[in-house]
Amino acid sequence: MPEAPAVTPDEPVIAAVGLRKRFGTFEAVRGLDFTVTRGECFGFLGPNGAGKSSLMRMISSVSPTSDGRLRIFGLDPATDGPAIRARMGVVPQTDNLDQELTVEENLIIYGRYFDLPRSECRARARELLDFVKLADRAGSRVEPLSGGMKRRLTIARSLINRPELLLLDEPTTGLDPQARHVLWERLYQLKEQGVTLVLTTHYMDEAEQLCDRLVVMDHGVIVAEGSPRGLIDEHATREVLELRLAASDRTGIAGHLGDLAVRVEDLPDRVLVYTPDGDAALAILRAAGIHPVGSLVRRSSLEDVFLRLTGRTLTD
Amino acid sequence: MSTPLAIRVWEGQLMTVWRAWRTAVALSLTQPIIFLLGMGLGVGALVDDRVGSATSLGGLSYLQYLAPALLATTAMTAGSFEATYPVLDGFKWRRTFEGVSATPVDPRGVVHGLMLWWTTRLVIGSLGVGLALMVIPSTRGWGVPVAMLASIPTGLAFAAPLASWTATREDETSFPPIQRFVITPLFLFGGAFYPIESLPAALRPVAWATPLWHGVQLCRDLSVGALVASDTIVHLTVISAWIGAGYVACRIAFDRRIRR
Repeated sequence: MPEAPAVTPDEPVIAAVGLRKRFGTFEAVRGLDFTVTRGECFGFLGPNGAGKSSLMRMISSVSPTSDGRLRIFGLDPATDGPAIRARMGVVPQTDNLDQELTVEENLIIYGRYFDLPRSECRARARELLDFVKLADRAGSRVEPLSGGMKRRLTIARSLINRPELLLLDEPTTGLDPQARHVLWERLYQLKEQGVTLVLTTHYMDEAEQLCDRLVVMDHGVIVAEGSPRGLIDEHATREVLELRLAASDRTGIAGHLGDLAVRVEDLPDRVLVYTPDGDAALAILRAAGIHPVGSLVRRSSLEDVFLRLTGRTLTD
Repeated sequence: MSTPLAIRVWEGQLMTVWRAWRTAVALSLTQPIIFLLGMGLGVGALVDDRVGSATSLGGLSYLQYLAPALLATTAMTAGSFEATYPVLDGFKWRRTFEGVSATPVDPRGVVHGLMLWWTTRLVIGSLGVGLALMVIPSTRGWGVPVAMLASIPTGLAFAAPLASWTATREDETSFPPIQRFVITPLFLFGGAFYPIESLPAALRPVAWATPLWHGVQLCRDLSVGALVASDTIVHLTVISAWIGAGYVACRIAFDRRIRR
């Protein structure tokens, strides 16, 4: 589907150095360095208020940067905004479809903004509605569609110009599991076709499913960077032992476990033991006379990394 | 050759409002004639009977006096409406401008497209009034189509400044007061229904400074073929100044709103 790469393969699709965004005295993005290479899926993870959306608006070449250097397809958004946007698709955090129009009309109008001939808009609309499984709804108005359908339509709309780079700001927030999985499939297919994907999310499973590389953002800065697996290896242990304990048993866990407990986190409802071997740790505790009310050994996930790096305090 | 950005935005506007247009067109065709018959014939019968009325109305019957002014007031009403709720809709509720700004269309293209759309909307609005003027024998004349054209800048002189205000708004709470304290008073005191010489002297400068009175005068002079060159230049200058200032304000406000 995408056209031949217009940038040389080794040139990054996005390159940012010392990127900043200020709103008055508040600095939402505080000096980011990253590059996104052609064909990869790159994720920005972070709690609400981490600066993800401000960053996405800068990359989409709508919001000007306050400081630093940003290049997209090797072009400067400050001077080549329209040329960059012509080669990019954007899926915003909240759908901004025209609710009054039909599904197909939304795609045609949007294609016209890219100056595609009307007949071409219609042909691509048909193709894209097939792709996002909305072909049977082409003639219906947008307003009564389900959240998942609207999201799929927004994605179809973002593809009308056959973009080389697709930006997705929290693409599956608010969707049910079925709708999320359909979206993931479609995004995966796009990636297979060579489209570079950049997404923000606070769903860890989404990041693990889709992203080749990701950065964790907090308070406008990058706090970690790597592949999902690499980040887990670096910032978490192989396994996590979750324990529900009587209050009297809560203290001294780490002492019993020695090297087996890399870190112990004492939460109001449970104790988490970060360990290379959860079963072995549990056996040692039992042998020491500690009998948890409940216990669970699980592989550590990106969520553990995320919480470790960005904390457990609510951000808004 | 690529399609100008403004045309792309205009197409989108046209497509969006097309549905509602069937009823709107019917309304804009029937309303002026009803209004004219009611005001022009009803009130006109009272006015025309009065000694000296022909002098103060410049030798016109009341219907001839009122009818062309309706071109200007209709343009003001349409222009001020288009620049408020639908523009906030684009920024805030339907957020179509957000969608557009992710395409090669820039804020400038949005402003130009909207101005083109307002012009279209004003042309359609003027057709209804123009038709009414052509139907009534005493207001019929070659000046009517020219007066219809003159009503369009009058509408833009309201739409452009108001749209720049709308672009700075987060909600619609200021729109009803604008309607109540700006548009309606101008409608009543802007020289459409009686010469502004009938107003207290202190109020006349308001009519001179705002675009409606100039639009009313222009449409009236044109439709009855009584154009005075020096007056016309003043009318066109004031109206153009409002459009120009509104356009510049729109460019700044849309740029700030879309690119923030």
